Amino acid sequence: MPVSYIPRTRELYADFNNPYRWVTNESVPWTPLNKPIARCRVALISSGGIMYRDQPRFHREDASYRCIPTSATRDDLNIWHFGYPTRDAQIDPNCVFPWERLKELEREKVIGELHDPCFSFMGGIYSARKVRTELAPKIADELKRAKVEAFYLVPA
Amino acid sequence: MTSAIDITRAVKPPRAVFVNFPLGHQTGKPNEPELQKRIVLDALHQFETIAQPGTIVELPYIWDANDRSWEERDYTKGWMPERPSQDAADREEAQRRARYSG
Repeated sequence: MPVSYIPRTRELYADFNNPYRWVTNESVPWTPLNKPIARCRVALISSGGIMYRDQPRFHREDASYRCIPTSATRDDLNIWHFGYPTRDAQIDPNCVFPWERLKELEREKVIGELHDPCFSFMGGIYSARKVRTELAPKIADELKRAKVEAFYLVPA
Repeated sequence: MTSAIDITRAVKPPRAVFVNFPLGHQTGKPNEPELQKRIVLDALHQFETIAQPGTIVELPYIWDANDRSWEERDYTKGWMPERPSQDAADREEAQRRARYSG
């Protein structure tokens, strides 16, 4: 039985004086994928808080995102996130940011193209409004300009 | 992908794929590229197979067939390692920036 994280979050943050208001949506946005993924430009984003080289460190309530070149090596990457144990992702970022696997799949023509750069943000953002009005639109614009056809979001 | 099915049911993204692993491991275990690749392949395949908006597909990966104790601990009090002090975190950050400068 998968873990129910909503009650666990309520309990973990029971001492906060500002109870979290969970996002609930009524409708589902939908655009069909009209061609095989092997012909699509795919973009990767992880909420795991990955930074490239000396990019600014994330902080709480941070609505910024980082552009991670697909050419990044493991030595180029670091993690900052307060909401999950980052030890394994620090050892191997592919646990939450599978950029190396996607590069392999691009070479093997399983996907048409891996969009360069990949993206990461730090998902510990209390304000859903900030995500909806600041973070998401900026990324969406970037994806549209780059004609990305499929967006692969990996949470931490 | 989703690491929390109950949250995703409420948010209703177009398509979602779930792997029942501890938080921080949605695309696999460290230094296990074959496992990571299988998970990513299975997830990408869903772009072509999910036809009903809002579908959440659960992939059949098991973290540890002999030990499910992580499911009791994940996201509960005391499950995270102790955070470094602000001073230690700032020193670590200074070291990180220095490593890449020059």
